[in-house]
Amino acid sequence: MRVFVALVAREVRLAWTGGGLWLPVVFYLAVATLFPFVTGPDKALLARTGGGILWIAALLATLLPIERLILPDRQSGVLDQLALRGWSDELVATAKIMGQIVAFALPLLLATVVGSALIGLPEAQLGTLLLGLAMALPALSGLSVMIAALTAGLSGASALGGLLLVPITIPLLIFGAGSLSEDPGNALQLLAATSLAITALSPFAAGAALRAGRV
Amino acid sequence: MSPRQASLPLLSLENVAVIRGNRLVLRDLTVTARAGDVIWIRGANGCGKSTLLRLVAGLLTVTSGSVRAEGRIALADENLALDANLTVEAALKFWADMDGAFTTEQSTALANMDLQALASIPVRFLSTGQRKRASIARVLASKADIWLLDEPYNGLDSANCARLDQAITDHAASSGIVLVAAHQPPSINVAQSLVLDSKGSAA
Repeated sequence: MRVFVALVAREVRLAWTGGGLWLPVVFYLAVATLFPFVTGPDKALLARTGGGILWIAALLATLLPIERLILPDRQSGVLDQLALRGWSDELVATAKIMGQIVAFALPLLLATVVGSALIGLPEAQLGTLLLGLAMALPALSGLSVMIAALTAGLSGASALGGLLLVPITIPLLIFGAGSLSEDPGNALQLLAATSLAITALSPFAAGAALRAGRV
Repeated sequence: MSPRQASLPLLSLENVAVIRGNRLVLRDLTVTARAGDVIWIRGANGCGKSTLLRLVAGLLTVTSGSVRAEGRIALADENLALDANLTVEAALKFWADMDGAFTTEQSTALANMDLQALASIPVRFLSTGQRKRASIARVLASKADIWLLDEPYNGLDSANCARLDQAITDHAASSGIVLVAAHQPPSINVAQSLVLDSKGSAA
């Protein structure tokens, strides 16, 4: 357990020092800053569409850390050394996902408070938005590790990552944006269910990809 | 009680064949190593030395035959596996903690590879030979029974080659097993010298 925590802490440290932590946050806030320039200062329009834009920004921000999640560890032999010590690939993937939850999901959640202020989202919606994102971000963290494991070492990994991410995240986006309506109850429940399924399956998919990539 | 005290390490490969990337890399290979053995694996480039070590490490699966390794394994290959932004000491500590090594064992490993002066330097600034020494220090601190060293002498000067020889001899003397893959002939007493031919079988 102690060594598992050490591995998660290493992920967070790598994100902190390698720019993986700030890049998604800056991207996310940039979208929130730029969006009002596109729509103009129409408060009602911003309130209606702003939450959805933040959802799209969060999904796309997932792609940003992908290249530094698995490939550097494979190239430097860290994954080999972990496998050598009897770590299952699923456990390594789980540690990486937990690291992403701390170093990607939490900062993005905090940035949402700032972002929604920039867009001028009504306070009532902010709560739902935060709740929805808090449910979806573990799934997005899992997906980013899974996609990183699948595409590590391939040329054009980022483009491929986008192609893989978009179809899987459509349910999250539909239920997430749906929860911003007047009655968020059903959409939030479906969002929670979808997110839970993706989060629970992603360590196994990522672990299988890690195993297949070891030659 | 550590596995070392519980039983002596043993390594046995029987009629092993490995196919890697549609190529038969190793064939009909039978190797047995007991506690205290140093096995020197030689052969031309691409004859399967590294494949053999990765196989023993459990990173590859055999196509046929069987591999049995009793005891903990440590591997030093061409991949450093140390975080580039950390200091040498901190990067080695990450793995030493994972292996449950004590601080004294870490500092002994640093001292044995003459790395104390480099302990506070980030890994990314190390030269080729220094990187090699750091990866060997990682093995020294691992408390593993079976050492797999892939071309450990590459980039080392003569003083550090002697340090490595000493470390290998000491490990063998304390009932460890060492597999050294190197293209040059052994400079220390070895139990077996395994020469692989171009077809990946023992010549």
